[in-house]
Amino acid sequence: MDTTTRHIKYQADCDPTFAPAIKAIPGCEKLDSCIQCGTCSGICPLSIYMDMPPRRIMNLVRYGFKREVMNSNTVWLCSACYACTVECPRQIKVTDVMYALKQMAIKERLYPKRFPMVVLANQFYKMVRHRGRMNEIHLVTRLYLLTNWFKLLEMARLGIELIRRGRFSVKPDNIERRAELHAILDYEKRYPPTEAAPK
Amino acid sequence: MTKRYTYFPGCSILGTGRACEESTRAVFAELGVELDDLEDWNCCGATAYMSVDEHKALALAARNLALADTKECPELTTPCSGCYLVLNKTQRYMEEYPRVGDKVKCALKDAGLNYTGRVRVRHMLDILVHDVGLDEVRKHVKRPLKNAKIAPYYGCQTVRPYLDFDHQHYPMTIDRLAEALGATPVHFPLKTRCCGGSQMGTLPNVAQRLCYAILREARRQGANLILSVCPLCHFNLDSYQPDIRRRFGEDVSITTMYYTQLVGLAFGMDPETLGLHRNMTWDGSWLEREVLAGATA
Amino acid sequence: MTGIPNTDGNGRRGAAGEEIRIGFYVCHCGMNIASLVDVAAVAKEAAKLPHVIVSREYKYMCSDPGQEFIMQDIRENRLNRIVVAACSPNLHESTFRGAVARGGINPYFFQMVNIREHGSWVHTDAAAATAKAIDQVRAAVARVAKHRPLERRRMEVNQAVLIVGGGIAGITAALNLADAGKKVYLVEREPTIGGHMAKYDKTFPTLDCAACILTPKMSAVREHPNITLWTYSEVTKVDGHVGKFKVTVRRKPRYIDEETCVGCLECISACVFKTPKFEDEFNEGLGKRKPIYIPFPQAVPPLVTIDPETCLKFKTGKCKSPCETVCDRKAVDFSQTEKTEEIEVGAVIVATGFKAFDVTRLPIYGYGLYDNVYTALEVERMVTSSGPTGGEITLRDGRVPKSIGIIHCVGSRDKKTNRWCSRVCCMYSLKLAHLLREHTGADVYQFYIDMRCPGKGYDEFYERMLDEGVQMIRGRAAEVTDWTMSPEEEGKLVVRVEDTLAAYVRRIPVDMVVLSTGMEPAVGADEIRRMFNISCSTEGFFLEKHPKLAPVETATAGVFIAGCCQGPKDIPDTVAQAGAAAAQALALIDKGYVEMEPNTSYIDPDDCSGCKSCIPLCPYHAIAFDEGSKKAVINEALCTGCGTCVASCPSGSISQNLFEDDQIFSEIEEVLSHV
Repeated sequence: MDTTTRHIKYQADCDPTFAPAIKAIPGCEKLDSCIQCGTCSGICPLSIYMDMPPRRIMNLVRYGFKREVMNSNTVWLCSACYACTVECPRQIKVTDVMYALKQMAIKERLYPKRFPMVVLANQFYKMVRHRGRMNEIHLVTRLYLLTNWFKLLEMARLGIELIRRGRFSVKPDNIERRAELHAILDYEKRYPPTEAAPK
Repeated sequence: MTKRYTYFPGCSILGTGRACEESTRAVFAELGVELDDLEDWNCCGATAYMSVDEHKALALAARNLALADTKECPELTTPCSGCYLVLNKTQRYMEEYPRVGDKVKCALKDAGLNYTGRVRVRHMLDILVHDVGLDEVRKHVKRPLKNAKIAPYYGCQTVRPYLDFDHQHYPMTIDRLAEALGATPVHFPLKTRCCGGSQMGTLPNVAQRLCYAILREARRQGANLILSVCPLCHFNLDSYQPDIRRRFGEDVSITTMYYTQLVGLAFGMDPETLGLHRNMTWDGSWLEREVLAGATA
Repeated sequence: MTGIPNTDGNGRRGAAGEEIRIGFYVCHCGMNIASLVDVAAVAKEAAKLPHVIVSREYKYMCSDPGQEFIMQDIRENRLNRIVVAACSPNLHESTFRGAVARGGINPYFFQMVNIREHGSWVHTDAAAATAKAIDQVRAAVARVAKHRPLERRRMEVNQAVLIVGGGIAGITAALNLADAGKKVYLVEREPTIGGHMAKYDKTFPTLDCAACILTPKMSAVREHPNITLWTYSEVTKVDGHVGKFKVTVRRKPRYIDEETCVGCLECISACVFKTPKFEDEFNEGLGKRKPIYIPFPQAVPPLVTIDPETCLKFKTGKCKSPCETVCDRKAVDFSQTEKTEEIEVGAVIVATGFKAFDVTRLPIYGYGLYDNVYTALEVERMVTSSGPTGGEITLRDGRVPKSIGIIHCVGSRDKKTNRWCSRVCCMYSLKLAHLLREHTGADVYQFYIDMRCPGKGYDEFYERMLDEGVQMIRGRAAEVTDWTMSPEEEGKLVVRVEDTLAAYVRRIPVDMVVLSTGMEPAVGADEIRRMFNISCSTEGFFLEKHPKLAPVETATAGVFIAGCCQGPKDIPDTVAQAGAAAAQALALIDKGYVEMEPNTSYIDPDDCSGCKSCIPLCPYHAIAFDEGSKKAVINEALCTGCGTCVASCPSGSISQNLFEDDQIFSEIEEVLSHV
């Protein structure tokens, strides 16, 4: 049985549109000046669980290895603590690059199914869009129902404790002027980015 | 002179982080600082919104800036470090990237709102230590917390990337505040290291390891209390100690509270008023046993 | 029109009155200009301009054939004005003026147009750059028609040289010049010469002892009859110009008579402080000194210095001053005051060195927070056998380190601190690795971004360190902390780093951390720069006149630079540069005279109202008031042609050669002709 896989990369394996798309997002413009020093990985508290250190992600993004980046768990482990952004000697906003990659992955559905981080982001997004505010209990409940509902049982202890201490707000909170919020959030729907926005 | 700020509570404050707000309001009222609530504020978007859509994330947060823009006091303050970061970042990106800023402003205008850019986002810790001042804080101390050995935990988003009133890697603001309360800050190398944030919900093994390191190190450095700033950090450090003990087979239990709760205790306030009973690690006898015993003599 | 050209004082053609015949030349500068500016179009347009007889383009105008074109055209076409459109006049104005003069006309019948630095290098639109070049050429052609013949002046040059800074660069330059028979004033801010090099133990890559090669040179400076050495002194004022600088030097009181003290050091033993108590600057604070001290035993001059900040005599007035009584030569003198010396020199070499990066700016590396984090300079002192620990490597708690981490690029290659590479840190880190292993047998880790070892024998040294078992970890150390995750980390400092070649984040526990700091401009570099009128790059290092072809000259004639004040460099490069600066200074002064540009100002006495307003404005004190005629007079020898007086004269009586009103206005008119 032959289990070896090809590890060479041909230029055709790279996606030339990948880096320009990421660099166009605010905060990611300095990506090319990375010197691969590894400060981002060294300072990252989550790097211990990443399959690729952030430094490697930077290099893979700038040279178009989209598939490899999107298959990595690195961006989904980023908790946006900004340590890399602050310490980078080239002042690359690494956190923003991670955000840009998450946005791209979500838009193009390039993430592992039921990946809790994505589910959380999507549920959060929907809830805030709907109500204007986030309710932690509802959010976590939805997260576990969609990913691993056994977890809900595990969380019972914590839930009871929270109720006992008056920290469990069951009633979802809504803002009053929801129409105003929707007008803001739907701006792109009315004026798609390709068309010139009105002055 | 009464100081007045526009106040943005943030979603956590309405639920699990209630004690943060209770203690913040109590302490600032005692110090004569008026907090003028921002009406009909919405969620700042936290880390999740930015993961989905950049424009929408900025526009969402910018609604709050536009609301604050109409207020008499342009200084917008929030007790939550996550909200502090997101509002701050939104404001800065709108200036730094005019293309982005203009689009967000157009979206606001479409909804009948206007943002002029006069709002300044400030952290409550900054206001307490720099606007009110440690001298003023000292004047209100009725109960010096002599035996409290504090591991000051700033967390990540308080200091990064925008902290301008202290150093980002090894800040000393809470340390100095703790000293003003009569307590002793310990050297705490993990004071700005991330607790895992929302990963506690999505990847608990990951976030619990980060919290484990923080709790363990606080004890190792001789602290009997971790002071935190942000509701999410506090939630992670305070609520998961039993889970962490089980997962890592090591007792890392240590009392945790918001810095505002400690300030309130030093001011002689009632623990209930400060919401201390809402903390999982709070034990009514802690103050007497660990802090005040022998100190008053 | 006479048909017979008038001649200038040297028999060269080109005086007022004759028919104006202009030759125009545009240079391709290889592809530097021609890649953007359409040089053929420029030549074609120039040919249409009034008085232009010849218009040519050529690949390299500055080359011999290029210059030959000009000379030949002058002869064959009876040209009497030349315009060249090429690079900056800073680079080749003198080249072309020479060609013009050799062709037989006055060299000031020449105008240069910069279409490279002002054109092709800064623009991206070819058509616009070409149009701009044509405008510039039109202006120059109009201007050159108004030029008048001028003569350069000769001025005598003072034969002494001032050297500022007594590190290895200043020492080398001083000895070279003094050996050539020139008088040298060497001014050093610290109590001893030797600079940073005196603090080092061994030098890379040969590992020869720094003191063994430096101290003989220091003594040679002291003994050289042509060198006046002023230590503990600073330059405070500079007047004049090339050939004749007037320099004021402030000599701080060291409260010791330099003539009588023989450096027996009895006074130090006698001091009321029985044990040294104050931070020893020479030992980077690792050792202590007394208020009366000598930086190190081989200091030059071998004189003690009293520090009034810590001496009880100065602080309280209540000291029996045993230092004074014990000195049988009566050299201790508490009444000494600051002295001022005024000297005149023909040339200056600035060699003010560098300052090591202040590591407290990077708290991630824990300096000051953790006892066992050291700077490289501290370790350098520690490994020196004559240093504060006698060559013992012991941590602040007395332990001998079993593992050591050396962090590269501290304050270098970092946009938040210093953007530049300091060039020496990789090599000195490797050297320290060797010395630390030799002294302690410890495991040594190098945390580096890129190992930069270009230099003779440098890469071989890197290879030797690999063979010696120094562990090389490619990754910028992210932080140094004392928190632990495992028992083997207890009591250690932990360096967290991504080993980028292995692609793993690693936690490496060590007993000692060494921070390899980069170089920054020296403290006070800015004042020095202002006094000597030297430009600097954005990072603050002094700017050479040309990065390749004039590396030790500055924009100010007669002022040369050497060593790390110009940019980070190692000892071999510093010594080479100091030698070059000495040779340049020597070439300047040994000739005996300098030729001054004739673009000086002059006063029309008929129009001068004698208001004296120009006199205080002149930065070079070149204008005086003649009490007899009640008019201002300009001393041509002092005038540098800055034009300040011309612009300020209320009666318009001051003009300037080469910048006459008609010349400037005709230039402006042409540039703006299509507005």
